[in-house]
Amino acid sequence: MANQRRFTDMLADSMPKLVLAPSFLIVMVCIYGYILWTVALSFTKSRMLPQWKFVGFDQYDKLLNNDRWAVSSENLVVFGGLFIIICLVIGIGMAILLDQKIRQEGLLRTIYLYPMAISFIVTGTAWKWLLNPSMGIEKIVREWGFEDFTFDWLVNSEMVVFCLVIAAVWQSSGFVMALFLAGLRGVDSEMIKAAQLDGASMPTIYRRIILPSLKPVFFSAFVILSHIAIKSFDLVTALTGGGPGYSSDLPANFMYAHAFTRSQMGLGAASGVMMLGGVLAILIPYLYSELRGKKQ
Amino acid sequence: MKQSYNLNINADATKNLSLLDSVKNKANRYLQQRSILQHLLRIVLYVILLTMAFIYLAPLLVMVMNSLKDVEEIRNGSLLALPQDPSLAAWSKAWGSACTGSTCEGIAPFFINSFKIVLPAVAISTILGALNGYVLSMWRFKGSDLFFGLLLFGCFIPFQVVLIPMAMTLGWLGLASSASGLILVHVIYGMAFTTLFFRNYYVGLPRELVSAAKIDGAGFFLIFWRIILPLSPPIIVVTVIWQFTQIWNDFLFGVVFSGADNLPVTVALNNLVNTSFGGKEYNVDMAAALLAALPTIVVYVFAGKYFVRGLSAGAVKGA
Repeated sequence: MANQRRFTDMLADSMPKLVLAPSFLIVMVCIYGYILWTVALSFTKSRMLPQWKFVGFDQYDKLLNNDRWAVSSENLVVFGGLFIIICLVIGIGMAILLDQKIRQEGLLRTIYLYPMAISFIVTGTAWKWLLNPSMGIEKIVREWGFEDFTFDWLVNSEMVVFCLVIAAVWQSSGFVMALFLAGLRGVDSEMIKAAQLDGASMPTIYRRIILPSLKPVFFSAFVILSHIAIKSFDLVTALTGGGPGYSSDLPANFMYAHAFTRSQMGLGAASGVMMLGGVLAILIPYLYSELRGKKQ
Repeated sequence: MKQSYNLNINADATKNLSLLDSVKNKANRYLQQRSILQHLLRIVLYVILLTMAFIYLAPLLVMVMNSLKDVEEIRNGSLLALPQDPSLAAWSKAWGSACTGSTCEGIAPFFINSFKIVLPAVAISTILGALNGYVLSMWRFKGSDLFFGLLLFGCFIPFQVVLIPMAMTLGWLGLASSASGLILVHVIYGMAFTTLFFRNYYVGLPRELVSAAKIDGAGFFLIFWRIILPLSPPIIVVTVIWQFTQIWNDFLFGVVFSGADNLPVTVALNNLVNTSFGGKEYNVDMAAALLAALPTIVVYVFAGKYFVRGLSAGAVKGA
């Protein structure tokens, strides 16, 4: 009887741990275990099926000498850089404009933000059409009388990466705006009033007081946008299919193509590991500064 | 003497008054100019905001307009022209008979596939998230914060680094290319976000609620059921909406893990658009894309407030 009592007490005590246990198992296996597994695969010569024959850094060697990988990582830098900068500029700008006691603010906000609810596949399909020289914007402007107008980025392998930027900015900038708007609403209004009494002009107040206090929002927007950029797989698939040729491939597309359609599992694994490396390079300094900020 | 002094004061006062008047006039003129300038600025402001609104709306409007035209009208006419003879033919073809790769049944079956995947995945990941969040906020133990950190990292990994092992695991479990496999994947990788949402919400609740109940002898689940859950509807709404949009819009897991008979609608849409069987039917493509986007747009329009809250909860507090 006493034993049984103790057992139920113990059960009650460890209930929180028991509830958390399945999730803990899943996280350890399906996140950390799988990452290690992929790392291990990247050191093997696995092709269609895994083969545990280790070949050292051969796959990474191959990867770094692979032109398609070079193109896709270069694309990621260009796409990611422009995407993040333009989204931040538009997002901050529109948040400031929307924060001027605008009539119908709610309606405008809804319009700016709705693309975020849509899948990148749908966005890609829509923009594929708008950017198509013989159907979309080029044709419209020519019909307006500008016969020589050319806007053929979608079929131009030098420019196609900018098409990805346009579509991605269209989709995500409203979200950045929403983040900053929430941030602006959180700025201490007493501080602004005090600065106004001291005779500071509105632009100065924005530059010296409001924007610096939005630093955390700026950081999280940056992290989320870079995360979206690195994961952009569906947008490329729907908008350009990686083409012309493989000129608009991003690393995510490279990884998918090699691991799942071209039977180059080892190479695919290596590219996946490189992508994780890219994320960590951004995430670790961020988390570090967050944690330090909390301790202070 | 006294008299003249008084007079003097009066004279001064009149002088002062006229001075005051001129200052007032100047100030008024200044204010008028200023208000004209401010008026102009307001107008510019509204023009910019409305132009941006138009840019955001344009692709949607163009899609809707052209999905109501027939193919000839799209080829020969302008993208921006209103449909001359609006018809829902393209919509019904996109829904019921357009070709998506090998089959020609429209996107309706895939629409249903998506719901079959999304509903259980959302339900399970939300329940798991609520329980995890409850433990991580109200029943902390040694190591629980570390676990939360480890879990948080799961929000940020590029899924490419887990795809191959996941595919192999699903194969061993006999779940490859099955709807249950896909649901499992969505639950596993959605859990990090749902836990984050609930944990951050529960941390904001007064802990006395739980400690008082503990003293009264209430157990883990009783407290959850009687005290925590009744306080949870706001965060449940946020989480459900977030998960619904994420999973509905997913393409990567769908294309990697689903089989021919349970493709989600995003994958089917991509197949439909890229099926080059016969002439390109842009109107059908547009209608199909709109259909695929419809559920999340409806959710967004009716519950946009919560949608924004989810985004910023995941973003601002999460990271």
